[in-house]
Amino acid sequence: MSESTVGNIDTAVLTAKEKLDAHTYEMVQWHFHESTGSPFWLSKKSELSFDPLKEVRGFDDLKKFALFEDDWLRGGPVRRWVPKGLADRPTYVFETGGTTGVPKSRVVIDDFRIDYEMFSETLPEEFFPKGANWLMLGPSGPRRLRLAVEHLCQHRGGICFCIDLDPRWVIKLIKKGWMEHLEAYKKHCIDQAITILNAGHEIKCMFTTPKLLESLAYGLAEQETSIQEIGITGIFSGGTEFTPQWTRFCVEELLGGPTEDSGVYMTPTYGNTLMGLACSKPVTAADDYKISYYAPQPRAAVEVVEFDDHTQVVDYGATGRVKLYTMTREFFVPGFLERDEGEREMPFAKFPWDGVSGVRPFHRLASSTTVGVY
Amino acid sequence: MLNVPAIRWGKPYQSLDQQEVVHFDNGTPIAKISQVNGGMLQLDMKHAARARKVLREIPSSELIARCKQAAELFEKGEVALGDQVQTVDDFIHQQSASTGLPEHMCRANMKKNSFVLSHMDEILAALTRGLDLEIYRRGYGDEGRGVTVSYQVQSPVLGAVLPNNSPGVHTLWLPAVALQIGLLLKPGSQEPWTPYRMVSAFMAAGIPGEAFALYPGGHDVGQTLLSKCSRSMVFGSAQTVEQYAGNPRVQAHGPGFSKILLGDDIVDRWEDYLELMIESIFSNSGRSCINCSGVWASRHTEKIAAALAERLGKIDVLPPQDPNSGLAAFTNPQMATGTWALVQKDLDEAGVKDMTDGMGDRLVEKPRCAYLRPMIVHADSPDRAVASKEYMFPFASIVQCPQKEMLRKIGPTLVCTVLSKDAEFIDALTESSAVDRLNVGPIPTNRLNWLQPHEGNLVDFLFRSRAYQLADF
Repeated sequence: MSESTVGNIDTAVLTAKEKLDAHTYEMVQWHFHESTGSPFWLSKKSELSFDPLKEVRGFDDLKKFALFEDDWLRGGPVRRWVPKGLADRPTYVFETGGTTGVPKSRVVIDDFRIDYEMFSETLPEEFFPKGANWLMLGPSGPRRLRLAVEHLCQHRGGICFCIDLDPRWVIKLIKKGWMEHLEAYKKHCIDQAITILNAGHEIKCMFTTPKLLESLAYGLAEQETSIQEIGITGIFSGGTEFTPQWTRFCVEELLGGPTEDSGVYMTPTYGNTLMGLACSKPVTAADDYKISYYAPQPRAAVEVVEFDDHTQVVDYGATGRVKLYTMTREFFVPGFLERDEGEREMPFAKFPWDGVSGVRPFHRLASSTTVGVY
Repeated sequence: MLNVPAIRWGKPYQSLDQQEVVHFDNGTPIAKISQVNGGMLQLDMKHAARARKVLREIPSSELIARCKQAAELFEKGEVALGDQVQTVDDFIHQQSASTGLPEHMCRANMKKNSFVLSHMDEILAALTRGLDLEIYRRGYGDEGRGVTVSYQVQSPVLGAVLPNNSPGVHTLWLPAVALQIGLLLKPGSQEPWTPYRMVSAFMAAGIPGEAFALYPGGHDVGQTLLSKCSRSMVFGSAQTVEQYAGNPRVQAHGPGFSKILLGDDIVDRWEDYLELMIESIFSNSGRSCINCSGVWASRHTEKIAAALAERLGKIDVLPPQDPNSGLAAFTNPQMATGTWALVQKDLDEAGVKDMTDGMGDRLVEKPRCAYLRPMIVHADSPDRAVASKEYMFPFASIVQCPQKEMLRKIGPTLVCTVLSKDAEFIDALTESSAVDRLNVGPIPTNRLNWLQPHEGNLVDFLFRSRAYQLADF
């Protein structure tokens, strides 16, 4: 790296940080002002030992807040999460969890569209051509992903086909040990996908999870075809099962080889209903298929923090727990400890802020985490 | 450090996911083993037919000769292993270091595996009742009395989910190669050494690499192997055996619950058979399914238990390099403490007596591993829970049981040595479906005659007799 490049990145990092600070200030003013904030945060304000309107000037001041507890999202009334400033807007509620008990609910107005339109800008046109039709081979039902992928497709001028997939049932099957039923359900989903792919709809792009992508490849192989042969050129995927080795296996053996040979491009992503969507740095064989994610700053940010002190960011390359921040006009999360861990990554030209690589279930919780098809 | 790749039909595959194997006692890294996923195995199954094809191209007699050459290389030679060359001493050290077995036991297991391979012709002659092996290669032939016989292969490859606990079990899958059937193996995480060395020796002896696949990895690899191979073996717990019971595609091997039964006509001379009992209980550190876990007799049981305890109870932990070392380490100390907790529960039952009590602590905990020293337990009735237990260390219950009740009470028994000349008793055991291998007379349970089938005849598992009619036209 030349000296001038280093200088450019330093400048970009500084600019990004200034932007993050300014955005943080603006969002805290919005969420804690009596005229615009949500009933939830306005009520929380009275419990704080500081005045967020006066004492949060930048991103680092968010550490004055206690950690966000996702249990707050369970149960109603759901309206308490809608900022007064957006109260007259049509509102969605998206759910996460809920295999047993009350799911976590997040209200959304435009965030999913904005996040996925931003993500759209990162997709290479060659493999995700404008106007191409998509297949959403992922969870359906009360989930953000379902509508978000459809919007992404529509935003790019295509029409999105979907299948029915209930991840709560999948997790129940795994927990009950009903593996034959699990396989049958997976096959049911894959059969739907293959039927659509074979139906002449000129589908070129898709969202899917790693496990479903594998199953789709095997299902197509049984019909003596492949993801490449059936015409898919761009795959957007997500999940913590994205290890470098799995990605290599997928690229080399399921997709027909590296993009330049196969003409199939896959981009891993990391995200959830709370934060949105983090993009990955391009994944290459030369870099041993290392996967590094970067949050869509300043609307969301990711830190890698010490396991026993979430206020301390670990050194670059060191391992810690993933901490998320979300700051949009619709939703405010001033620090949430994800159920994942990973290594802190350096900023780079495209994303001049910290990233996280090697994302995997947090080792102290891993044994209690059930990873399904999604 | 030694890097061991997966083997995909003879071709090495270096994974980005690697499992470090460390010495059980001092934590020194020994090797990095590439880890693959079940999906890779599933994709590679499309080449399974080629494994049989390349083996069928070699005449049976030539294949047997190459197996013998492989046996020689396995036992005495230097073979390629990953990015290094492995000597016999390397192999012994590596296997002992990852499994916790004393080195002399590793050598004994190595000899056992080599013996089977080098006597493949005799073993197959016994298992096939002397049929010309070319009939299995070609699929049909004349058995020698003008009758056409045909054996239909049930799978081009034999899959096996291999265990960690004892390297002796590898003898069970070895004959497949000589029957022109490829091998698709998931090595145990602590004992990858034997399958790797064996496959390397096969290839060095001129058997095509396309016949061999080795997929180290997690549970998904084992599950995929068992679901995708038409014929496979799995080694595991009693629950594993139960899970696959009645599944004609899977031969499940679990605990043996092997026993020695002393008939009423012999039991008064029990002292004559003390050495036999000790060998049966203690050989290979009691880890095998063929180790004796129960000695049953109608009388003198407390005296037998006391004599066994006197001999075995004092045996202590020695370094793995010591030729007198008789105890294998639990490389996962939690397995030892968990086992110990189960034993404690057994001992709580009335009528059960720990005959090794007072001979020093049984559970020996070290910083990175643990040991369980031999235990002899007396049970005054076959109804005590301990009478049907088997643990992964030298442990035996000496059970008082009237001879007439033995057959009804012993339960599933992999190896049964009956010490009796009572023809009625022997006949009842011969007819019993509870006993797999029956030794009549003073044969230690751990001494297997390889000319006999083990837990079913492998040939019957891999081939099916069917009609084959020929007419001139």
